[in-house]
Amino acid sequence: MIDARQLTKRYGEKTAVDGLDFVVKPGSVTGFLGPNGAGKSTTMRMIVGLDAPTGGTVTVNGRRYARHRAPLQEVGALLEAKSVHPGRSARSHLRALALTHGIPARRVDEVIELAGLGSVAKKRAGSFSLGMGQRLGIAAALLGDPQTVMLDEPVNGLDPEGVRWIRTLLTSLAAEGRTVFVSSHLMSEVAQVADHLIVVGRGRLLADTTVQELVRAADGASVRVATRDPARLRDVLTGPGVDISGRPGSEELQVTGLTAREIGLKAAEHGIPLFELTARSVSLEEAFMELTRDAVEYHGSTTALGAPGSPEPAGRTA
Amino acid sequence: MSDTLTTAGAGTTAPARPAYRVTGPRVLRAEWAKLWSLRSTWITLGLALLFLVAFGIIAATRFRSLTGSARMPGDFARSTALSLSLFGTNFAQLALGVLGVLVTAGEYSTGLIRSTLTAVPRRLPVLWSKAAVFGLVALVTGTLGAFTAFLFGSRVVAGTSAAMGFTHAGVVRSLLGAGLYLGLVGVIGTALGALLRSVAAGVAVLVATFMLIPGLMSLLPSSWQADISPYLPSHAGESLFTLAPDPTVLSPQSGLLVFLAWTALALAGAAYRLLRSDA
Repeated sequence: MIDARQLTKRYGEKTAVDGLDFVVKPGSVTGFLGPNGAGKSTTMRMIVGLDAPTGGTVTVNGRRYARHRAPLQEVGALLEAKSVHPGRSARSHLRALALTHGIPARRVDEVIELAGLGSVAKKRAGSFSLGMGQRLGIAAALLGDPQTVMLDEPVNGLDPEGVRWIRTLLTSLAAEGRTVFVSSHLMSEVAQVADHLIVVGRGRLLADTTVQELVRAADGASVRVATRDPARLRDVLTGPGVDISGRPGSEELQVTGLTAREIGLKAAEHGIPLFELTARSVSLEEAFMELTRDAVEYHGSTTALGAPGSPEPAGRTA
Repeated sequence: MSDTLTTAGAGTTAPARPAYRVTGPRVLRAEWAKLWSLRSTWITLGLALLFLVAFGIIAATRFRSLTGSARMPGDFARSTALSLSLFGTNFAQLALGVLGVLVTAGEYSTGLIRSTLTAVPRRLPVLWSKAAVFGLVALVTGTLGAFTAFLFGSRVVAGTSAAMGFTHAGVVRSLLGAGLYLGLVGVIGTALGALLRSVAAGVAVLVATFMLIPGLMSLLPSSWQADISPYLPSHAGESLFTLAPDPTVLSPQSGLLVFLAWTALALAGAAYRLLRSDA
């Protein structure tokens, strides 16, 4: 259980985290989403006391992280990929962390196996690939058998096998009743494992919702229909709750509030020939982009990348 | 995979959950393990020992070969078996001081500090443990090196004007003093590393404190020199292993107090930064 109240972090003029209020509950995977620079990492660093909040508080299981007698047993955190001395072996690294808490050597071997590091445990961490480094970080996070597991961009640099491993791990940790809090800047990564979503942008809370709710909200599905006589079709379809748009001179219409099936039936009823009838549902990714559109730090490059590929003006999907 | 997970998670139910706890002695043990699990520790300690013993023997051999010769410089002629044997202290202090800086600043340059402070979020036990563990190791290395250097050095100069044995008044005190000095230099190194959070900056300040500033003292008016010079960390420290009481140098006892004060100052600065700054 993580409880943030009006959590704020300022670096001089820049506000990295701006009055965040959220609760991460046990027994489920909570995704922490936001574009790069949204303040996700800073928030996580404040949770484990590496950064001191400028304002507000954040507690873990009812207490500030540093106040716990065995912090590694409360929260296991994977922060930046490498928080390891490159000259030390994976085993020595984990052993040193274990010693601070009196965690037995048996548990060190256990997490080494769990993270699939058995064959490289005696190698210097500096020789590890990005994926191996991530696995070592996760082994360290699980060392204290923590109630809360917090991972910052855990699939970065992992191969598909590793990505699947993380997903299985996260779901099983949540199934054991633990609090799982995982950050990402990609909706697609989180949507598959998370039940709950906390979306931030520019340090502010944009949404505190569930995946299902977000899908439902995003699912204002529209239908694209092309016909020789758009004006007549428009008259036929018009009704309460139906919104029709289309450019003058174009044969295409954009209809919301009716299903493709309903439109097809009505058109047939009135003898209007259709050339195209396409249902377009808004993807979770699009819903996320829409939500964070104003909060993206580097706006210019985003639109430049998006423009040539998408024939629709971005606003249409809303 | 999921089997392993379930087994690992079996401890989540309240009664079966092991009662871990962070304690001072445990942090000390962790820092001890961290120190010895790096190859650079062994190499640098070996170098410090080598500097102490080898340079001591070289200085003694040089003295012996110049004995009776007109080429013997005046200062050098007044050497004792002790001063010759401890000739390598300057170099050993650099090796131990740099290793001390690495013990703390190295954690910041590698990112390890995030793991360390997540495990011990109260932070100060980490600094005290690092200073204690490395200070002890540097003390033992320095003492061992000083005694070994004197053992060989005093044999080399036996029969010359510098001849001196372990039983000579003040020799054992000076050799222990040299070890203590090197141990405290190690502590100052760890404090500087934690204060500056950068290996380069830590080493630079260390070298300036122990090697450059003493040389710059000659630029000051001589009346100031006499007032300030004895209290510099390097000079106060040297009085710990200087045999002949020199009016321009502090007594070993007051030298130790002054040097301890410098060490405490460096540690206090490191503690302040550790608590106040984000990691």
